[in-house]
Amino acid sequence: MTQESFSARRTEAEVEQEQVTETVKANTQDAGVDDLLDEIDGVLEQNAEEFVRGFVQKGGQ
Amino acid sequence: MSVQRVIGLETEYGVLAPAMPGANATMLSAQVINAYAASIRAGYGHLAGTRWDYTDESPLNDARGFTQPRTEAHPTQLTDIEPELDAEQVALDGGDTPVGSTLYDQENAGQEVLMNMVLGNGARLYVDHAHPEYSSPETTNPFDAVLYDQAGDHVALSAARTIEATNGFVPVHLYKNNTDNKSVSYGAHENYLMPRHVPFDSIAAHLIPFFVTRQIICASGRVGRGMLGQWEGFQISQRADFFEAQVGLETTIRRPIVNTRDEPHAHWEKYRRLHVIIGDANLGQISTLLRTGTTSLVLSMIEAGTAPHIELRDPVADLQTISHDPTLKVKVELTDRRLLTGLEIQRIYLDAAVEHCAKTGADDAQTQEILRRWDQTLSTLGTDIFAAAKTVDWVAKYKLMSGYADRHGIGFTDPRIALMDLQWADIRPEKGLYYRLAERGMMETLYTPEQIAHAAITPPEDTRAYFRGRVLSQYPEHVVAASWDSVSFSVPGARKLERIATLEPLRGTKKLVGELFDADLSIADFISTLKR
Repeated sequence: MTQESFSARRTEAEVEQEQVTETVKANTQDAGVDDLLDEIDGVLEQNAEEFVRGFVQKGGQ
Repeated sequence: MSVQRVIGLETEYGVLAPAMPGANATMLSAQVINAYAASIRAGYGHLAGTRWDYTDESPLNDARGFTQPRTEAHPTQLTDIEPELDAEQVALDGGDTPVGSTLYDQENAGQEVLMNMVLGNGARLYVDHAHPEYSSPETTNPFDAVLYDQAGDHVALSAARTIEATNGFVPVHLYKNNTDNKSVSYGAHENYLMPRHVPFDSIAAHLIPFFVTRQIICASGRVGRGMLGQWEGFQISQRADFFEAQVGLETTIRRPIVNTRDEPHAHWEKYRRLHVIIGDANLGQISTLLRTGTTSLVLSMIEAGTAPHIELRDPVADLQTISHDPTLKVKVELTDRRLLTGLEIQRIYLDAAVEHCAKTGADDAQTQEILRRWDQTLSTLGTDIFAAAKTVDWVAKYKLMSGYADRHGIGFTDPRIALMDLQWADIRPEKGLYYRLAERGMMETLYTPEQIAHAAITPPEDTRAYFRGRVLSQYPEHVVAASWDSVSFSVPGARKLERIATLEPLRGTKKLVGELFDADLSIADFISTLKR
């Protein structure tokens, strides 16, 4: 697949993504999720950017 | 027609030692296997590691009726040779940091490192390329498939805990995901037993539109688009961007939507093992259930000739287009020029399945539950996507991330969102975001942790995995090798090994051999009775 075709589709999907973000905001609220959001910074690994960068895998099936 | 079918699920775990950046992945994976062996030994006093028997492996046989020459195969396709882990390999890996001695070395100086184990539940735990892999025992239905897939996570977690608790070793984290977002993907393969007489062309043609759209009910979600995650945005599937072909033999390069590996691990003339490589690994039990249950129903329709006729104009592009649109509104074009959403295509398959089940009198509880859940999931996704968060993994992940982004006023390019994507799949209950949600009752489950732990050491009773698992528990010192379709024994006084073929996946069950095990015979009497 060429990068061009990929980018073109992404643009289309991005437009849609904006739409869903609108509808999403109204109903992410619920007790269980809120409760986890309260504690999540203590659960997440320290230094997010570095941790994610360090997750490098070798080939798989 | 029903959801009953021999099913086995494979999980390749992402592996990371944060305290040892650049550690050799094969070494870390071997540590996981050896740590699990050590934990089994600690509990039961015997070594559960068993040599894998590669005699009947044939990874280059193509279901389309030919065999790829070995000289033309990519080295990673040669899964029928024992991987070796030695100084040479470590050297070949260039910049990798050697991990040091393994648990196995520590306890059994001078012996080789275990790369393969057959477990007491009939599963295989081994080093596959650069990942630890758990291949579940054969089960007879999607519900048991979920249980034994979850048992694999329990096994992997036990291994990681053992490593963490061992002096001189740094913790190894395991992730049940499918990509590092840096070009590499690793699979969660599904295996379905089918009669060989079903033409492969028909299987592929009907499965392609189903697989392209199945992701919306059971994928695991991913932050970033493109193999490198080079474009921003949340997408539905972990795997979609790594597929480049419609049909093919490879699993590590040029990945195909329908894989043609023809290695039945059973009577070749009777069976085909459909090897499905397109799915995402799921932490969620209901997502795994829908993934396997709906696929089983579609295969039944293909076998009966009642699968709907849908042909996508550009399946590989459509797979990615659908994955990149979490609003589920994007339409893809069929060869008859119709434009349909993924939900609409799934609905066509569901309607056909409902009709077929009604006509064939498939009214068993499991089949009805899969049909009901499939219908319910499509309806919910069609009206309020986030309302499906309790059962659909990508929706649960997306909802959690959206809540976090809202709360902190950040976008999906923030590294904390990328970390949430990774940590969603951390198999440690205290760290994995899936588990943090599940603990709050926010993820629907089918099985308790106790049931899952039990399944990690107990085989299914209704497939040959029962025989494989029980001989390993009961005669571990006499089992010298095992594979999906054989177990080899050393019998005291006998001049050669006794190799018992298990080419019928539905034999070797508790019903057929349970009493023989319960008689607790000597190994010689056990084998001679078996052969009678």
